[in-house]
Amino acid sequence: MSNIGSYDERLKNFDWSIARRELGYDQAPTKNIAYFLADRNCEQGRGAKVAMIWENAEGDVARRLTFDDLRRYSNAYARLLEDLGVGPGERVCIFMDKIPDLYLSFIGALKRGAVAQPLFSAFREDSLLVRLMNAETTAVFTQKKFVQRFRHLRAKLPHLKHVVVVDGDASGLQAGEHAFDVVKAPPVEKYDIYPVDEETPSVLHYTSGTTGAPKGAQHVHGSLVSQYLTTKWVLDVTDKDVYWCTADPGWVTGTSYGIIGPWALGITQLVLEVGFIPERWYKAIENYKVTVWYSAPTAIRLLMKEGDAIVKRHDTSSLRHLASVGEPLNPEAVIWSEKVYGLPFNDNFWQTETGCIVISNYPGMPIKPGSMGKPFPGITATVVDAKNYEPVRTGTVGLIALRPGWPSMFRQYWRNEAVYKGKFHNGWYICGDRASIDEDGYFWFVGRDDDVINTGGHLVGPFEIESALLEHPAVAESAAVGKPDPVNMEVVKAFIALKPGYEASDGLKLDIINFVRKKLSPLAMPQDIEFMDGLPKTRSGKIMRRLLKARETGEDIGDVSTLEND
Amino acid sequence: MGDALKDKIREYVTNEYVEEGSGVEIGDETPLISGGIVDSFSMVSLKLFLENQYKIKIPDADASAEAFDSVNRIALVVRKFAPKV
Repeated sequence: MSNIGSYDERLKNFDWSIARRELGYDQAPTKNIAYFLADRNCEQGRGAKVAMIWENAEGDVARRLTFDDLRRYSNAYARLLEDLGVGPGERVCIFMDKIPDLYLSFIGALKRGAVAQPLFSAFREDSLLVRLMNAETTAVFTQKKFVQRFRHLRAKLPHLKHVVVVDGDASGLQAGEHAFDVVKAPPVEKYDIYPVDEETPSVLHYTSGTTGAPKGAQHVHGSLVSQYLTTKWVLDVTDKDVYWCTADPGWVTGTSYGIIGPWALGITQLVLEVGFIPERWYKAIENYKVTVWYSAPTAIRLLMKEGDAIVKRHDTSSLRHLASVGEPLNPEAVIWSEKVYGLPFNDNFWQTETGCIVISNYPGMPIKPGSMGKPFPGITATVVDAKNYEPVRTGTVGLIALRPGWPSMFRQYWRNEAVYKGKFHNGWYICGDRASIDEDGYFWFVGRDDDVINTGGHLVGPFEIESALLEHPAVAESAAVGKPDPVNMEVVKAFIALKPGYEASDGLKLDIINFVRKKLSPLAMPQDIEFMDGLPKTRSGKIMRRLLKARETGEDIGDVSTLEND
Repeated sequence: MGDALKDKIREYVTNEYVEEGSGVEIGDETPLISGGIVDSFSMVSLKLFLENQYKIKIPDADASAEAFDSVNRIALVVRKFAPKV
């Protein structure tokens, strides 16, 4: 019997108080998320239970941390922040590979009452600068190998006071840099977790839009309520499971479902430091007997490409429930996973801004391969007309819209009220994705409504890429669009007009690609470049990305002259 | 006698992907992808470099994470399509 039981029964008279009661939320000594992840588990007798199985990148070291380890080590991180003078509400960036300290310092930041700002460790300096500057981040937890990135940025970040290195000694560190080894540091058996209420800011995740720089979607401690229940009902985890969420905590999936949800449920979870290596992934499922696996369509498609033989060489019989997120999961992948693992991947849909899963497939509910499923109980979701924001008829394509007010809805784009307000129309939060609903109530994804590129499940904004391209000495004009890709759904393609004196060549392409990769990140790096004499523009001089994208997708956009007037 | 191909690969990987000041040295068997030095997105630029440098075309099937996971393995891939290098 699954945790959710009957989806239709749960819809009747649903109330978020179900989650509040199970968490003991209203009687808890604090609403601080960190309490529920570590301390509460210890109070309930799970102190000796393994919270994290961690395997290093090389695959030759495995560590097991208990909930009591989480409690004590996060206490030590909280105490460190306090000793450094980092106060509640300040933004603390966590910038690491997937090592235990990433998770421990995240919880420690929350215990201090700081706002945790995890960032993907592949971000290079320009990508880091814009996010740290916007958040006015005062402290960073990182690894020694990344210290140089912050040194290069320090002069432009007047708010940044402390860079803490968690994996090395103090040799070679400069002023404002500290070494901290949480295992060797004096133990902190007791720490007074900073008191918060449900609306106190907790986590800041940066996400990209069509225009402008990435924006910080800010969440609150009360988000725990919906993150807890969606973990329990969608991912179906129980006390006996070994759960594996493959997402990096630099992205919201890795925090909502890689830290908060599963540990609020007291679940053992696997963390692999290594990136995507099929052999290592299957070995891990076999060795650690993973039962519930939450991954992403890009990884699943790569596993499909890898073939069936490798699956047969490993024992994946421990798996009992699979889920996927980041972009729509193609039907072929659902059918394939049922063939090779004996289980379908259950697709679900949500965003950085929603903080939790909002539309999903559920255990026991028939899957329609290619559909993201139905709204989570407690979430009112529909599809609205793009002009008047009224719900459309069944089968009609429109914008996915959610009724505001679920616990983990983002509360602001960090200090950007105008853009935040622009996401709400006619009483709906508008996701920016287009879909339709069929006669059975299943949602079907159609595409983004804007120019944001979804590559490997990560959203990348064209503005950031184009700005970086324009800094290359050879580039006069640039446009970045998503080009369809069988594995990543989209990859970045750049259209470039060169300055006089520069000639198009494969060597110049490579130079520009590496230039962007080192400025922003491998995600933002164009994987294809097309040189043009001039980019198509509107009468007012705006580059027509829609036209360029239509050429890539083969979409017929009709009368181009209407776009020229945009 | 050194292997010029491996040296070139090593030089490129070091210049393009190794963090300045990190002290990471690229040996012939240093795990590049599984060791997190080159991520899967960055593999595209590495593949493009090899194709440009040695005037070859590497099919996607030969450009897997395993095939690019060390200098030695990359050299094998290049020599498959440019045997005289």
